[in-house]
Amino acid sequence: MDKNMKILVVDDFSTMRRIIKNLLRDLGFTNVQEADDGTTALPMLQAGDFDFLVSDWNMPGMTGIDLLRAVRADPKLAALPVLLVTAESKREQIVEAAEAGVNGYVVKPFTAGTLQEKISKIFERVS
Amino acid sequence: MEKTSNAEERLAQARALVASLEAGDEVEADRITEELSQGKDDDLFQEVGRLTRELHEAIVGFLLDDQIAQFAQHEIPDAADRLRHVITMTEEAAHKTLSAVEDSLPVAEELETRANDLGERWGKFRNRKLDLDDFRVLSSEIGDFLDLANAHSKTLNGKLSEVLMAQGYQDLTGQIIRRVISLVQDVEEKLVRLVAISGSARAVKQEEVELEGPVVPGVTKSDVVNSQDDVDDLLSSLGF
Repeated sequence: MDKNMKILVVDDFSTMRRIIKNLLRDLGFTNVQEADDGTTALPMLQAGDFDFLVSDWNMPGMTGIDLLRAVRADPKLAALPVLLVTAESKREQIVEAAEAGVNGYVVKPFTAGTLQEKISKIFERVS
Repeated sequence: MEKTSNAEERLAQARALVASLEAGDEVEADRITEELSQGKDDDLFQEVGRLTRELHEAIVGFLLDDQIAQFAQHEIPDAADRLRHVITMTEEAAHKTLSAVEDSLPVAEELETRANDLGERWGKFRNRKLDLDDFRVLSSEIGDFLDLANAHSKTLNGKLSEVLMAQGYQDLTGQIIRRVISLVQDVEEKLVRLVAISGSARAVKQEEVELEGPVVPGVTKSDVVNSQDDVDDLLSSLGF
């Protein structure tokens, strides 16, 4: 796994972005940028060469699931690995995310171990 | 019988409408169109009138209750402000804690690195593998390290106290949220009464999956997963 890969963390709460950013730094990933919802994130993804997207689901403006669908619909971004980190824990939502093409799903509250495990798993499959 | 004659009448009107349109008589066509929709409009206006009157009476009755006015003017806007305040407080507390942790990590790391380095050479000294000059250097470095350990411990203590103090938000936000809960319960009671006054509430079917947010014990009722393991099982059953 390339520790220099460019990661975008999308969450409307700045504290959660900070926590995820700190956890990623502990895992050795330092090339991390932030966005506070899908509307801000999508142009960043389209403009920059991001390698990985970590997003919340429930956000004002554009939700994480809509962002995921927009990513999959964009030929240039379609292959981008996406991890949803969210408090949404209904079974039908997890199924919905799977159908939309998510690569991993972590429910909040989560541990550093869970995040690491999901990220490793995603990149094992991608490579 | 009336139905038949009504149908015949409308058929006659329709024929007249076609005839007038074919003849290019716009005025006559408009008149007939209006006539055709007249009956329906009357029913509609009567129904809207009845509903408006009922709603008006319900609202007047509702507003007569002083507590409702109090809710609308003060308590609901207050509750929104209180909840916004809860967001601010929790955000500040989280940032304060995270800053203290971010400041502490390099301090702890430096202590660890220096202690390891000195420990190695101390081991050599104990095994008599250190010459006198090296021992003099080591001795002075141990002195420096003790000063550093003293200062760093004070820093870490201070940062840990900051983390401790930042947790005070839980008590404060808990109290605020409890007040909002009791307000919501009062409003709910009033709404139930309003629904009772204004007739039956119609259930609206929700087709889209609604966002549920964090699981709240006792409130969350839908089919939610209980742990990350459940999420993983569900996803693997879907071929992930």
